[in-house]
Amino acid sequence: MNHNLDTENKLEVDEAMISALSSRERPVKPNGISTSLTFGWRALLKIKYVPEQMLDVTAFPIMFLLMFTYLFGGAIAGSTSDYLQFLLPGILAMTVVTITMYTGMELNNDIRKGVFDRFRSLPIWGPSVLVGMLLVDTVRYSLASAIMITLGFIMGFRPDGGLVGVLLGVGLLLLFSFSLSWIWTTLGLILRSEKSLMGVSMLVLFPLTFVSNVFVDPRTLPSWLEAFVEVNPISLLVTATRGLMHGTATIEEISWVLLASVIIIGIFAPFTMYLYRKK
Amino acid sequence: MGEKHANGELAIEAKGLKKIFGENKAVDGVDLAIPKGTVYGFLGPNGAGKTTTVRMLATLLRPDEGSVKILGYDLMGEATEVRKKVSLTGQFASVDGDLSGMENLILIGRLLGFSRKEAKERAMELLTAFGLKDAAKQQVKNYSGGMKRRIDIAASIVVSPELLFLDEPTTGLDPRSRNQVWDIIRVLVSTGTTVLLTTQYLEEADQLADRIAVIDQGKIIAEGTSGELKASVGAGKLHVRVLDPDQRAEAAKLLTEELHVDIQLPSDPLAIVAQVSDTELVTNALGKLANANIKLTDFSLGQPSLDEVFLTLTGKPVEDHIDEENGEEVQHIHRKGEVG
Repeated sequence: MNHNLDTENKLEVDEAMISALSSRERPVKPNGISTSLTFGWRALLKIKYVPEQMLDVTAFPIMFLLMFTYLFGGAIAGSTSDYLQFLLPGILAMTVVTITMYTGMELNNDIRKGVFDRFRSLPIWGPSVLVGMLLVDTVRYSLASAIMITLGFIMGFRPDGGLVGVLLGVGLLLLFSFSLSWIWTTLGLILRSEKSLMGVSMLVLFPLTFVSNVFVDPRTLPSWLEAFVEVNPISLLVTATRGLMHGTATIEEISWVLLASVIIIGIFAPFTMYLYRKK
Repeated sequence: MGEKHANGELAIEAKGLKKIFGENKAVDGVDLAIPKGTVYGFLGPNGAGKTTTVRMLATLLRPDEGSVKILGYDLMGEATEVRKKVSLTGQFASVDGDLSGMENLILIGRLLGFSRKEAKERAMELLTAFGLKDAAKQQVKNYSGGMKRRIDIAASIVVSPELLFLDEPTTGLDPRSRNQVWDIIRVLVSTGTTVLLTTQYLEEADQLADRIAVIDQGKIIAEGTSGELKASVGAGKLHVRVLDPDQRAEAAKLLTEELHVDIQLPSDPLAIVAQVSDTELVTNALGKLANANIKLTDFSLGQPSLDEVFLTLTGKPVEDHIDEENGEEVQHIHRKGEVG
């Protein structure tokens, strides 16, 4: 597009160039939070150039909520309005959990480019590249949640936990999603292409999100399936989120989600960093 | 091989550096002693182990064997210290194509600890110095090859490093962009930066490097100043075309006498090729042809190409290698020596 740009930019070796090239002052090394935020800024800039990448957190949630409420509502709960009270926290969790996989795809795509060599050769806290990326993703998840809850409210979602309950539910969901993202960053570093990553993610996410308590009460399932649903981390997440939003959550329910998040981060964050350094 | 530098003035000191990918010994026992403030050229074909060596020296790849000191710091034990002092411009653009040139430089500046304002000022200063001011707000992916190289080098010197690695800085560039990159490198060196550059072109190493190592199949097969290397391969080839094919035999005889070398007679009935050891003899020889009233349509003196260096040093031509890191087969780019 701009192939002729540099014909106007004649390069001259002059005082300005010599002085620009001999600047050797090194500022104080920034801390990990600061470099993570700088990488977050990088991710935001990318959104500026490719706004379409926000479709997954805007159009997806709207589509999911409308589709499942009106498709299943009548059949499962007898009325779409009753079903919405049950479904919304679940479908919110499912949607956000599903879009976490884009994090891995982004990284997988990004890491192939030479710019990662530069990041890795800088004297900075290594994980900040990934932490910055995941922080911006958390902003994206918040946006998806806000859109879904607003639409849900318009459709008749009236949570008993009130605004505080809803916010706590979203907070818990974001924490879990942040930890889950580390699984995708690990896979993003292992798998060869975005396509294979997509395949593997779907293979993991489809059963986890559908064979859970998102859509139906697990008591209606055959006992062997019910057993799986009970231990499925997505079910734990949905139970706690639903509980917080409707004001019935117990400490135990919330603790399970926190525990699952800590375990996932504990395993996959160091694993990701190991692979990242090895790459 | 080079003399020993036992004082602390070495930018790079490597002993027995090795890296093995599966069966492939990408780097197979490389020793280096590169004094501070010099330009060192790594000359070799694709797959010779140049990039692998540079990636190890820049802390991106862990050596399997060997000990390395970069500016006095241990490469493996003190990687963070090393990273503070060195910078790498990779073979493929190490900038973010999705961001503008300005944003790329600000990003690096911020990561190095500049305030927002300082980072912006430094970015502008570099963009201006590198003739990229007008393209500051364009996404880097829309830059031309030469501009990408320049923004890439600019990103490497947001804080001028003490040691800069340049991996094939001019591969794929047109001559004008190549000269611009050379100018930048010369200025950098004049301000005290040590540069290690890899190249496939003898001419580039000749233009820039104080010392050159020729690398093949992970081993350094020759090392010295460009003068020393050239002396070992001869000064290049003289190509002559006569106007009248009947005069070729006479011309060839005269050239043999003057140049004291063997003459090749290619299938082209007008052409004569001579391997020259001393360029000064060429002037005399051409004069003799003129005196003998032999008309030439064309003559040129080519620098020895990498192929010729290889042929001389290894006794075999440059082969196509498998690129050890991408697993892709890369064709060696043949570049004829330019008219001298």
